[in-house]
Parts: sequence; structure tokens; C-alpha cells
Amino acid sequence: MRLKCPANFRIIRLPCTGKIDVIHILRAFEKGADGVYVVGCMEGDCHFKTGNFRARKRVAQAAAILDKIGVGGDRVKMYNLSSGEGPLFAQYSIEMDEKIRALGPSPIKVALQAKKEAA
Amino acid sequence: MIIADKKPIEEIIQEVKDYDRLLVLGCNECVTVCEAGGKKEVEVLASALRMHFIKEGKEKKIDERTLERQCDHEYLEEIRDVIDQYDAVLSLACGVGVQFTAEKYHSTPLIPGVNTCFLGANEQRGMWTERCQACGACILARTGGICPISRCAKRVMNGPCGGSSAGKCEINKDLDCAWQLIIDRLRDLGRLDDYEIVAPIKDWSTERSGGPRTVVREDVQV
Amino acid sequence: MNLKTSSKLEKVLKSGHIAVTSECGPPRGSDPKAVTEKGKLIKDHVDVVNITDNQTAMTRMCSLAACIHLKQMGIEPMLQMVTRDRNRIALQSDILGAASFDIHNMLCLSGDHQSFGDCAQGQNVHDIDSMQLLQTVRHMRDNGKFLGGDDIKRPPDIFVGAAANPFADPFEVRVPRLAKKVACGAEFIQTQCIYNLDKFEEWMRRVRERGLHEKVFILAGMTPMKSAGMARYMKNRVPGMDVPDEVISRMAGVPKERQPQEGIDICVEAIQRLKEVEGVAGFHIMAIEWEEKVPEIVERSGLYPRPQV
Repeated sequence: MRLKCPANFRIIRLPCTGKIDVIHILRAFEKGADGVYVVGCMEGDCHFKTGNFRARKRVAQAAAILDKIGVGGDRVKMYNLSSGEGPLFAQYSIEMDEKIRALGPSPIKVALQAKKEAA
Repeated sequence: MIIADKKPIEEIIQEVKDYDRLLVLGCNECVTVCEAGGKKEVEVLASALRMHFIKEGKEKKIDERTLERQCDHEYLEEIRDVIDQYDAVLSLACGVGVQFTAEKYHSTPLIPGVNTCFLGANEQRGMWTERCQACGACILARTGGICPISRCAKRVMNGPCGGSSAGKCEINKDLDCAWQLIIDRLRDLGRLDDYEIVAPIKDWSTERSGGPRTVVREDVQV
Repeated sequence: MNLKTSSKLEKVLKSGHIAVTSECGPPRGSDPKAVTEKGKLIKDHVDVVNITDNQTAMTRMCSLAACIHLKQMGIEPMLQMVTRDRNRIALQSDILGAASFDIHNMLCLSGDHQSFGDCAQGQNVHDIDSMQLLQTVRHMRDNGKFLGGDDIKRPPDIFVGAAANPFADPFEVRVPRLAKKVACGAEFIQTQCIYNLDKFEEWMRRVRERGLHEKVFILAGMTPMKSAGMARYMKNRVPGMDVPDEVISRMAGVPKERQPQEGIDICVEAIQRLKEVEGVAGFHIMAIEWEEKVPEIVERSGLYPRPQV
């Protein structure tokens, strides 16, 4: 399958989305990411039973924190798909890319760049 | 253990906004187990604060450290060599840890990052419930192992009050009536007759009412 | 007659009369008329008038002051006192204050939780509980001593009682709980409002089984319903209240303008039925903000005129 997909995101592979923690999401933003999305298995199909449910909760926690500090919780999102759904993965990537472009750059990235320029 | 809950991040931002060099200090004991002030929470809070102040265009040094305990001299000594690098410490320990740290580092402002709630148990994941108010004179032997002081909204010593309904407390339908639990347990233990023993007026002088308390154990002193 | 106090209620009960008590809720303000007007309405139809103590945890004029207003107009008051708001110093002090005005009746309660009232953020005290308050009053009266052990000059002369809720849970300890209150020194009991007469009679049967009716005077609590809505509210919202469905359907079965009268009829019928129950020594009629109906209820129940003792 040669699927069209935005090239502006970095994939971080995890053994299971249950491995992700709030801090991982926050660190990405601290380092200048404009958005983070977590792609887990279909709900109910987790090899480790509840990994993707845990991930969903942690994504929600990260979103709540990002809202409170003015970065914006809508820059994070949880998606679910099965391993055979390549086209859907590409579609989610495009959807996320469009959404983040509409939101504009993360205020953290803007501030970090301003700091760099001043230095 | 001591149960604490996270303070709202907005409140913390208000308290720390005037300090440029901040140490977020966690504790490895109770607040770690109740997921309010351990290493993980320190990381998340420090990251969020850093981002908030970067976004505001403020240059701040916000570091992270978690001690084995903040209620013990020896562990608190571990930050003695770095404490001067900070304008304030944001402690995620319980109220005991915050105060003990403040006493040790007299000239450093201390800000609490959690609300210390009660002495309780891990009822289920993400839910903690109160079990003890540290009255200093335990009566559990006489109340079927269930404490009316910590678990009855009126700490009635001879209950239940008239507000007990279908096993629940008058103040909240989700709250068990402590006296219903006591009676159920006495019955199961075959000791329901004990219910009619009148609990005497309690000596509260060993509780908070008697003033700040000290336990001195000469047998373990060195 | 072996009287222990100067209480009129004690005299009425020990003379073998069916006692009638009622209650007045003090105002949320300082106008004494709010108490005295209510007092006038029921003065001749009851033996003693209870004054509630910040009921439902709403801040009101204090029970003691309202009792004094009634006393000054020749009505025998009953001081209600809850353990929610006062520690043992304040409780003993208020007992002496009441005794200094020759208030001879007192009802010991724990009080509704403050979360129901206008000071939900306040502390509650509960230094002692209602049973221990009974013990305290009896100790002060009978032994002439403070809890701390010192002698009281002119000890209080107070007939002391407690509340009982025959309908609260768990039912199996309802009678043992009464026994505990009697053991703590309760001389009379005023019960929660009774609508489920069968359950109350069952409770009374168990009370008699243990001979408690011979040790304590039981006054059955009566509250006339004003409407079917009130009946439903009491059933669903008031903790520890048992309102059977037939009472609600009987109220709802008459047109709205007839419902107050139906409520009075139900109340009168209940009193007439319970008068015959062995061990029921009197009635405590709590006509909440409806005091003007007390005379009608008393008269129609055959409890008027009140005995002169």
C-alpha cells in the first residue's frame, strides 16, 4: 500500500499504548511539539486487556493539564484502529495534521523560538 | 496511610509565580501510593509549570527531586547542598512533610502542592476512604472494629442516630452508616448483646482538642 | 405520687393522664412575637411546648431564649438541646441557664447534620452524644455534680427525655436503642412522626416485651400533612421517615383544597387508634408552621380539656 500521509510527525513506537504516561505527552509539548496523538488497538482488543483504556484516560489527563496551562487540550487525541487498517491510520494522520494546522503552532514552540532568536 | 489530593494547578501557579528558581519536591511514601505527590506527579507538575511560564515568556528554573520521606531528618538532609539554588520549594508531601522541610530550611519559602485529606485506605484504584482520626485512644475493640469517630458524620459514640436510612448516612446516600456497619459486624461476630453497653463520655484530651501531641518512647530513644 | 422534678409534664404523666405536647420552631430573627404568637395559639390545648434547637441546622433564635419567652407568658416550655453545636462546657452551662429560669423539661438530641442548614461549611462539635447528654443532665440533677466532679449549687430541676425513631434503620436495634436511652436516664420519649401505624405498633409490642413502657413515658409523635406533596416529600426526602403509600394515595385522592382537612383527619384517626395502645403515654403534636390546627386536633382526638395538675 502506498498511502499518502503527512510527513511532519514523528512516530514513537510503544509495546502497547498502556505504556504511555501523562509525562510523555507533556514532554513532547515541552520540547516544542504542536500536537500529539496516540494510536492504540481497537477497544476490547487490547493484547494486555486494558492498555488502550488506560491510554485514553492518560490522554484525557494530559488534555486537562494542557487546557489549564493555556496550551490547549485539543492538541492531543486518542485514536483506535486495528493493525490491518493502514488507510485509516493515514486518514487519522491527515485529520490530525489539518486540525493542528488550524490551531496554529503551539504557544510553547512559539515561546521557545522567540527565546532562541533573542539569544 | 496519609491520603492527599492534588491541588488545582491554577492555585499552584498563583502561589509560585513570583519565584524564579523552584524545586518541586516529592515524597516516596504515602503521597506516592495515593498518586498525589510521588516522583510521577512531580514530573508532570514540573513539566506543566515549566510550560506555563515559558508560554508567559518568563525565564524560570524549575527542578525536580523526590525524597524517600520528607518527615525524617536524614532524608531531608539530602537536599541541604542544593537548597540554596532555589528561591522556594514546592513540596508535594503531606502537611507533615511540608512543615518538616520548612523547619529544616528556615529561610526557604515552602509551598504545599497537595491538600492533605485524611488517614485512609485504598478502597479501590483511584478511590480512598477515611478510616481513622488519630484520636489517640482507640475504641475499635468495643465497636466491632469499625470506627464511629472517623466514619460517622456526627461521631456518635452510641449510634446510630435517627438519620440512618437503609444502611446509609443522612448526609449522603453513597456513604455507609458507620453504626449500621458496627451492628452488622457485631451480629456476625455473635456479639450483638454488646450493642447495649453504653459508651462512656470520651476523653478527647488525647485528640486534637488536647493541643499538639507528642509521643515519647524512652525505650527506643538512643 | 413520686415526683422527681417540678415539671408539669412529669405531673401529668404520673397522674395517669394522656399527655399532650407540641412544638414551636423559633424564628430566623429576633422578634419575640414569632414565638409568643405561636404559643398563644396552642397555650390551652397542650401541657408543654417544645422549642426546637436550630432544627435542620438552620440558624435561628436560640431555644433557651424562646423557652424563656414562653415561660414568661405562663406556658411550660421544653428546652430541646442538640449536641451538634456545643461542647460539654456549653451544654452544662446552658442547662444551668435554663434551670435558673425554672425551665423543667429538656429533650436531648444529636441534631441534624450541619450540611442540611445554612452553615454547611461550619464545624460540628459532637463532644458527647445524645445518650451521654441524658446522662449528663441526670448526673447534674440527681448527684448535684458537674461532669468535672464539682458540686453544683442549686442543681437543675429538669425532667429529661430523648427522641426515638421507631422507623429508622436498622430496625432490629430500634428497641435495644430505646433501652440504652432508658439506661442513660431518659424519663420520657418523644417519637419521630408516625404514619406507619402498623410498624409503630410492632415497635411498641417489642417495647412492652422488654417492659420498657413501664420505665419510660412514650409520647407518640404526630405531624398532620398539609398536602399530598408534603407527604411525598416526607417519604422521599426526610431521613428516617416512613410514610406508607396508602397515606400518600389517601391524600392524593381528594381535591387539593380538601387535602389539609384530610391531613388533619388522618392525624386525628391515628391518635384515636394509638390512644388504645398499651404503653403510649401521650402525644407530641408537631404541626410544622401550622400551629393553629393543634387545638382542633387535640379537641377532635378527645384530649381536651387538658388536666389541671
